[in-house]
Amino acid sequence: MSNVKSVLLVGVGGQGIILASQILSSGLIEAGFDVKMSEVHGMAQRGGSVTTQVRYGDKVDSPIIGKGSADVMVAFEKVEAVRWLEYLKPGGALVVNNYEIPSATVISGAEAYPDGVMEKLEATVENIYVIDAAKEAMELGNIKAQNIVLLGGLIKAMGVEGVDWDKMVEQTVKPRFVDLNLKAINKGMELVASEVKEEVGV
Amino acid sequence: MKKLLTGNEAIARGFYEAGGHVAAAYPGTPSTEILENMEQYKEDIYCEWSPNEKVAMEVAIGASMAGARSLAAMKHVGLNVAADPIMTYAYLGVNGGFVFISADDPGMHSSQNEQDNRYFAKFGKMAMVEPTDSQESKDYIKEALRVSEEYDVPVLFRVTTRVCHSKTLVELGERTEVAKKPYVKNVGKFLAAPAHAKVLHVTLEERLARLEEYSNNSPLNTVEMNDKKIGIITSGISYQYAKEVFGNTASYLKIGFTNPLPFKMIEAFAKEVETLYVIEELEPYMEEQIKARGIKCIGKELIPNVGELNPDIIAKALLGREIRTIEGLDNLHDSIIKRPPTLCAGCPHRGLFYSLSKIKNVMVTGDIGCYTLGFTQPLNSMDTCVCMGGSISTGHGAAKAFKQAGEDKKVVSVIGDSTFFHTGMNSLVDVVYNKGNTVTVILDNRITGMTGHQENPGTGYTLMGDKTIAINIPNLVKALGVEDIQIVNPLNLKETDAALKKALEFDGPSVVITRWPCVLKKFSQEDKSEFGCELKKYKVNEDKCKSCKLCLKSGCPALSFDKYAKIDPDMCVGCSVCAQICPFEAIERVGE
Repeated sequence: MSNVKSVLLVGVGGQGIILASQILSSGLIEAGFDVKMSEVHGMAQRGGSVTTQVRYGDKVDSPIIGKGSADVMVAFEKVEAVRWLEYLKPGGALVVNNYEIPSATVISGAEAYPDGVMEKLEATVENIYVIDAAKEAMELGNIKAQNIVLLGGLIKAMGVEGVDWDKMVEQTVKPRFVDLNLKAINKGMELVASEVKEEVGV
Repeated sequence: MKKLLTGNEAIARGFYEAGGHVAAAYPGTPSTEILENMEQYKEDIYCEWSPNEKVAMEVAIGASMAGARSLAAMKHVGLNVAADPIMTYAYLGVNGGFVFISADDPGMHSSQNEQDNRYFAKFGKMAMVEPTDSQESKDYIKEALRVSEEYDVPVLFRVTTRVCHSKTLVELGERTEVAKKPYVKNVGKFLAAPAHAKVLHVTLEERLARLEEYSNNSPLNTVEMNDKKIGIITSGISYQYAKEVFGNTASYLKIGFTNPLPFKMIEAFAKEVETLYVIEELEPYMEEQIKARGIKCIGKELIPNVGELNPDIIAKALLGREIRTIEGLDNLHDSIIKRPPTLCAGCPHRGLFYSLSKIKNVMVTGDIGCYTLGFTQPLNSMDTCVCMGGSISTGHGAAKAFKQAGEDKKVVSVIGDSTFFHTGMNSLVDVVYNKGNTVTVILDNRITGMTGHQENPGTGYTLMGDKTIAINIPNLVKALGVEDIQIVNPLNLKETDAALKKALEFDGPSVVITRWPCVLKKFSQEDKSEFGCELKKYKVNEDKCKSCKLCLKSGCPALSFDKYAKIDPDMCVGCSVCAQICPFEAIERVGE
């Protein structure tokens, strides 16, 4: 039980969080862990706040965690990082996409998208890795690959590199997107590798 | 071979391996993927989307009567719709093994209530099975079918969101072919006339007594003896949460067969341990029965019966363990914005709701589907939503009340295509027959949208991928007795406005059908020939934009505002609704 690690993936519906979670889970199984992955979906296809959780270790019991329990969290959108931050353990690692998606309430003018989110996150979370995943993905040719850039960063922050992640990508994404996504996952790993503080892998 | 499967995938796999023959369902989160995954076994299993849960239950019951191993799947509120046939089938008993799934949604991730359907098993005097992960979901389906046949009983297979939608490792097995049982006419068993049912009720009580014996010896009910200071009785996903908190520091009675409860086991376990906890999500279903037997235990005094459970809630409630979070979270509080789910960019419902939002003095009764989101800002164009298929009849009732009180408020009822086939048709019959005067808008997006694109009677394809007759909604509505019928493209605001105006002026029941495919839908051949045109994206011409923000009233997530209106080119699908709203023609097509 004590060696079980918990990963929380948060973002906005339509960003490819579930696909990233699937690749992560398949890699962890390959590494020999017991894995449980939990997702919340159903209410709307797009635009809402979405989370998945991946737990791995020798033997995992609960598929879900509560507040203050995630060892690593990856946020696909910066306000979502703030929304779910209470689920991160004190000392846990945060990989965050420096990317804004205005919500329906922002678009309609009911509230404003907040300023200085990234600065506040950096001031609050010690173990933080900021990635401009949308920019990186666009440079690779398709903004939609930002989820895989973030996955690469996450894998590095988790310290679970002893897996053939390229193979996991190849097995999961559609053939015509394999090349793009291989570049994306490796880009993400590279970006975080340059500043790894403390690995949290099992 | 071990594979990571959701509980839903594992249930489908279990039914396949157990030699299942017939499966039916109406989609509903968190149960949808059970039948979606059954489709891969269509060589061996007949599977279908039925128009509603009652029909699905009846299809599976008929197949069971005929001797086939059968399954019906639904979400918890779907079981309310299907309650009528199942309560009687419990009296009749089965021929081929019969399992029906209730996928409950504690925490209401995507539901209108969080009812605990375990009470249905007790209420209906049926057997009940509750797995705690995907491996058990697969294994217990097999045992449930076996018990169903041996004890002549329908089995309620109760799962919850965290079992349905969590992926855990499963050891796959091979299919064991089970021959369909022969059908022999037996009206005393299968014809529920009062004379027969009176006899069957006596048999049912005897069956329950035999099932309790089974429960005490069932391989689904297990004791894990560790330290005896704390004993925990638990079932379903709560077992995993309890195990996470207490590990090997407590003893467990893990109950997988939860109706009738194994009271001999419970009594013996209670005697062995010092403090007995009952850990269960939502209602004190087990606790009430255990306490009624005079056994001392602690449960809902400490564990909430509202919302979803998790290990931390248990740890706090029973061990007083405080949760530690990152320091300084308070400073971030201002940086959180609301992120309500929205209609997608280019959603064909947006045009209709935008038109509706401009009409004064109407009550809009809504229904279950993506379009329920029409109530949200900035559209604000829906007043009520009760249950699947209910919008037309609640609207009818409201209209009658307004009329009786002499108020001139008109009523518009909105309902999706799949929902109309589900139970909306019955309500429209009521409006016609009882001389109602409401406008019914059928939002026909050519698919069951909210649950992720399942075929329905209007789409022209079955779950198993066969081409079939697409039920023609306008003809159907006409056959139900409606004379005033209009079909519009909801992306065309002028057309939609005019249709609503005409329908509201019509004295008597009228129907407007908004016909355009869901923006996320993969177009069928029929869609391509009917709607085929490729839409061009739109952009804002800043020279013409007067920053009036009127376009933002459409609520499209592709739009934003920063001095001028902006359209996210990656999200825009070219529905053109914002361009039609703009009074300055500042929103233009990209390329010509």
